[in-house]
Amino acid sequence: MKRLHLSDIARPQLLALACILLLNWLVFPGFFTVTWQDGRLFGSLIDVINRGAPVAILAVGMTAIIATRGVDLSVGAVMAVAGAVAATAAVVGQPLIVTLLGALLVGLACGLWNGALVAFLGMQPFVATLVLMVAGRGLAQLITEGSIVTFSDPALIFVGTGSLLGLPMPAVIALVLMIAAHLVMRRTAMGLFVEAIGTNRSAASYTGLRTRTVILTLYAFGGLCAALAGVIAAADIRGADANNAGLWLELDAILAVVIGGTSLMGGRFSIPMSVLGAVIIQAMNTGILVSGLPPEFNLIVKASVIILILVMQSDRIGELVSRRFARLKLRGKS
Amino acid sequence: MNPRYRPLAATTLIFIVAYGLCIAQYPAMWSTRVLGNFLTDNAFLGIAAVGATFVIISGGIDLSVGAVVGLAGVLSAVLITTLGLHPLAAFAIVLVVAASFGAGMGAAIHFLRVPPFIVTLAGMFMARGVASILTQDSIPIDHEFYRTISGLYYRLPGGGRLSAIGLLMLLVFLVGGLIAHKTRFGSYVYAIGGNQTSAALMGVPVGLTTIGIYALGSFLGGLAGIVYSLYTSSGYPLAAVGMELDAIAAVVIGGTLLTGGYGFIFGTLIGVMLQGLVQTYIVFDGTLSSWWTKIAIGLLLFMFILLQKLVFSAQGRRPRMQKAPA
Repeated sequence: MKRLHLSDIARPQLLALACILLLNWLVFPGFFTVTWQDGRLFGSLIDVINRGAPVAILAVGMTAIIATRGVDLSVGAVMAVAGAVAATAAVVGQPLIVTLLGALLVGLACGLWNGALVAFLGMQPFVATLVLMVAGRGLAQLITEGSIVTFSDPALIFVGTGSLLGLPMPAVIALVLMIAAHLVMRRTAMGLFVEAIGTNRSAASYTGLRTRTVILTLYAFGGLCAALAGVIAAADIRGADANNAGLWLELDAILAVVIGGTSLMGGRFSIPMSVLGAVIIQAMNTGILVSGLPPEFNLIVKASVIILILVMQSDRIGELVSRRFARLKLRGKS
Repeated sequence: MNPRYRPLAATTLIFIVAYGLCIAQYPAMWSTRVLGNFLTDNAFLGIAAVGATFVIISGGIDLSVGAVVGLAGVLSAVLITTLGLHPLAAFAIVLVVAASFGAGMGAAIHFLRVPPFIVTLAGMFMARGVASILTQDSIPIDHEFYRTISGLYYRLPGGGRLSAIGLLMLLVFLVGGLIAHKTRFGSYVYAIGGNQTSAALMGVPVGLTTIGIYALGSFLGGLAGIVYSLYTSSGYPLAAVGMELDAIAAVVIGGTLLTGGYGFIFGTLIGVMLQGLVQTYIVFDGTLSSWWTKIAIGLLLFMFILLQKLVFSAQGRRPRMQKAPA
């Protein structure tokens, strides 16, 4: 089945994105206008990619975690911690490499902590990551000493607002990360391991798979992604806000993964589709902004989207639909 | 001692020891004033946490509590201030709205067979969104009734004040405890939390009970929102952001298992009081910043989860702890 079928292109996610973009264009005719200025691209479309990048990066890390029937609720708090570390390091005049490495190492440590709780202590992922979600913001505030640390290091700011080949830097980072993660998952056995654990963890370990190591690695990678997103978010506003950096983004990241078709029951995942999910979410956000509706509608729209997806993903509805289709002598739903 | 009560006893002991240490450092903390304020300041959290206890005992989770508190506060404010309804009528409407909201979530969880955390996540977005659309600003509530209730208190010996809302919280804990341990609904909740399939085979109406559990959770969330509006004399759509985590933390610290099937309403009261103690200690200390509260609560949460694991693996009940995540 290597040939590209029409059904591969006509994925519901792509259709949804097309519909949302079309709606955006209807309410805001200049939506698709992209201009070249000062060596980079400008326009609403570019803005969608740029603003969607942090959630996309979180979603890259979250996808594999959800595919093992886990979840990482602490990514928002880890973003705040990493942002705080980066900003504090930049303020005391550390070079970019130290700033970045420091923030990423802290994120890695947070991820390892989560992973250790899940893999070795056998805690429910949801509970284990709740601990850091509660305590993480406190840690971030401890680092920034309760204030918003602002910095003016041009190298660090470039990470959040610069551009490469005309594309905004956050989008480039998200794209590179997505491709790298996808290759690791699909060109090595890693993806298979993840799916095996998600389908049945005990069966996977009976086949000789080191499930604990794999799970630990996935959470560590999730922490790393969260730290990267945190640095970008901090660089974007040139400051670290321990209270608001990454607030609610764990929910957006989960939503992006779910929209991308990764099953919450584990065992089926796709990193590029999760990134597409993040773009869809951002297209909705931007659409609501440009249409002049109050941003509060965002929450209701998101909630409706989650409910719609839950109904579509639900086994029981699926059974009903496929039974109906079978009766009509049609092929079942994809 | 019945091993069933061991985690509860551990929590109570830790609270007493922690309070003792606090008093040793700041003798002024041993007064009915501090105790009275414990109850008043944490009344809304306590009421919501009772609902969260039922949900968690049933093996579920409710992330929408904080948003329901915000929505209930805003709805009361709008009904009283803008529409000029009497507060009691407004409260009745708010509680009905909250309970049917929860019932809807329960129905979605049961009939769509999806993890509760994602359904209640959607519920959280929905409730916050509706609240923000009703108003984006804080609406002050200036009504005779509100002033009367807010000023109502019972004077304890030693100058402490047992306020009406503090008393209401204790009442909710009492009624919650009775429902959990003395009614058929309560046994159903424990049965579903222990093992949903066995419960269904024993004839527990799983669907109705699930709907009832989430309706009860949101009903108490609505009540907590009303109490919050009494406490602050206003309704604000962003009130109690992140409170669901405090409520879950209180339940876990109170010894309830997050895997379901085991827990006590009374433990949750201790959990709420322990969080109040951390906050009060930080206020008394004066040099520690408020962000230590979050770190301390995170640490407490971690400690208690670890404790639960140790206690229950010692009893050879490991398989239950490794149940698939909700």
